[in-house]
Amino acid sequence: MQSLASPSRHSVTGSERVGPYTLLRLERGDLEPGVPGQFFMLEAPGRLLPRPFSLCLAPPGELAFLVDPIGPGTEAICRLRAGDEIGVLGPLGHGYRLDVERPLLVGGGIGIAPLPYLAEQLDGDPPLVLGFRSAEYAGAAALLPGAEVVIDPVLVTELIEPGFDVLACGPEPMLHAVAALCPTAQLAWEAPMACGYGACYGCVVEIDGALERLCLEGPVLDAARVRAHMEAVA
Amino acid sequence: MRILNASGCLDALAAPEVARQLDAFVTKTVTPLPREGSAPPRIAETAHGMLNAIGLANPGRERFLAEHLPRLRELGVPLWVSVGGFCADDYAETCSRLGEIETIELNLSCPNVDEAADSAAEIVAACRAATGLALYAKLSAAHPDVADVARAVATAGADGLSLINTLRATALDKHLHPVLARGSGGLSGPALKPVALHAVSVCHEVTGLPIVGMGGIESGRDALEFAACGAHDIALGTVLFGDPGAPARVRAELVPACADAGVATPDDARALAKSPETGRKVPA
Repeated sequence: MQSLASPSRHSVTGSERVGPYTLLRLERGDLEPGVPGQFFMLEAPGRLLPRPFSLCLAPPGELAFLVDPIGPGTEAICRLRAGDEIGVLGPLGHGYRLDVERPLLVGGGIGIAPLPYLAEQLDGDPPLVLGFRSAEYAGAAALLPGAEVVIDPVLVTELIEPGFDVLACGPEPMLHAVAALCPTAQLAWEAPMACGYGACYGCVVEIDGALERLCLEGPVLDAARVRAHMEAVA
Repeated sequence: MRILNASGCLDALAAPEVARQLDAFVTKTVTPLPREGSAPPRIAETAHGMLNAIGLANPGRERFLAEHLPRLRELGVPLWVSVGGFCADDYAETCSRLGEIETIELNLSCPNVDEAADSAAEIVAACRAATGLALYAKLSAAHPDVADVARAVATAGADGLSLINTLRATALDKHLHPVLARGSGGLSGPALKPVALHAVSVCHEVTGLPIVGMGGIESGRDALEFAACGAHDIALGTVLFGDPGAPARVRAELVPACADAGVATPDDARALAKSPETGRKVPA
């Protein structure tokens, strides 16, 4: 992990539309890409708080993040253009364990963000199944050539066959469904975060039966660790 | 001018390299019993600020004393322990159990708990009787006259004041429902700075006590403004979330900020504040 000092400044090298999302490319500088599933806090221009993003791609000399413009902070990040500069802190948190025998990557919507870098870091070409809410959103599957794609009302969990080591990221209902099907799955969760390093206590989720900070414990967690939470919301 | 963190805005055990930039580390508020805190969502960004409703999540007095405090001492940073409770006896009991720390900060003003506390002066008096450690009273600017409260806690034996805590506030989502699960939370960040400067100014004027000023400080210039209103020290809160290097940065920025303002040091800036003796501006 990067030692905790002021965020380092990084130039935008490019910004492109991928389906409804924006792929933001930054000059890497001294930042380590980290383990797939770890995250970075990106400055949101004009906003008080940075926003957390998992790394999507790590091309030589660059770090790339997939951004869904869902509010003023993410919209400001999507408006960045080549040559603009933002502060970046990371990598933070715990990513996926890569020592799996039969990986299956499962993504839903913007939850596909960490999967390109994850697929690259796993040996061979792991199979991928992706679910999106519409054909427009499914355009983002271009980041993962060869993936099997379904569109709502078909659910991505219908494509999960037994016997795989599932590594998933997506909306909460999808992660709960994946956990029910695959109790050994590794799941990347999301929560509002002000800091990303355990200072704000804002990102708690129920882990091992207690409210814990997702930024320190996760964001990738073994499915069994959130079972109490699943039962609570069922 | 010492640079501290605002209570609840840093976990020194999770981020020791941030704590080591500080002149003293202030713990999250410790209550007699463990508190899991509020359900999520707990935070929301607002215009020039943010809301939090953490709900005084903490391991409780016994686990704090047995497990957390020994580990905090190993950091080698002077410690301030923030103490909370729901009656004067709660506070006093915790104070009597604390030793080998620099200061106790009495959290008399958390906006995220519903229980009514005894009066600030009553709590300070009980704690004064329970400990010989330095006692700072952390007050809210939501009181109609914070200077009145400051005067009362000074009379009750407070050695200093921490000003200010967050202000209770609400933010709504796209569908007009409160963003926070609790409905309301504490507003922090730059939106608070003018409120905090005023509170520091009037409390300095009526008590002359040492003050840790806080509320929206993001830069050396901000810190200097608190000094000019009467603060001896400052604390950083929300700014730490986006910038874990803020303590070192703000300290470095103080030098050019003093030069720009035409003062030699933050202590000199404090001479510009209304004097406790006269209530009038002292000529520079």
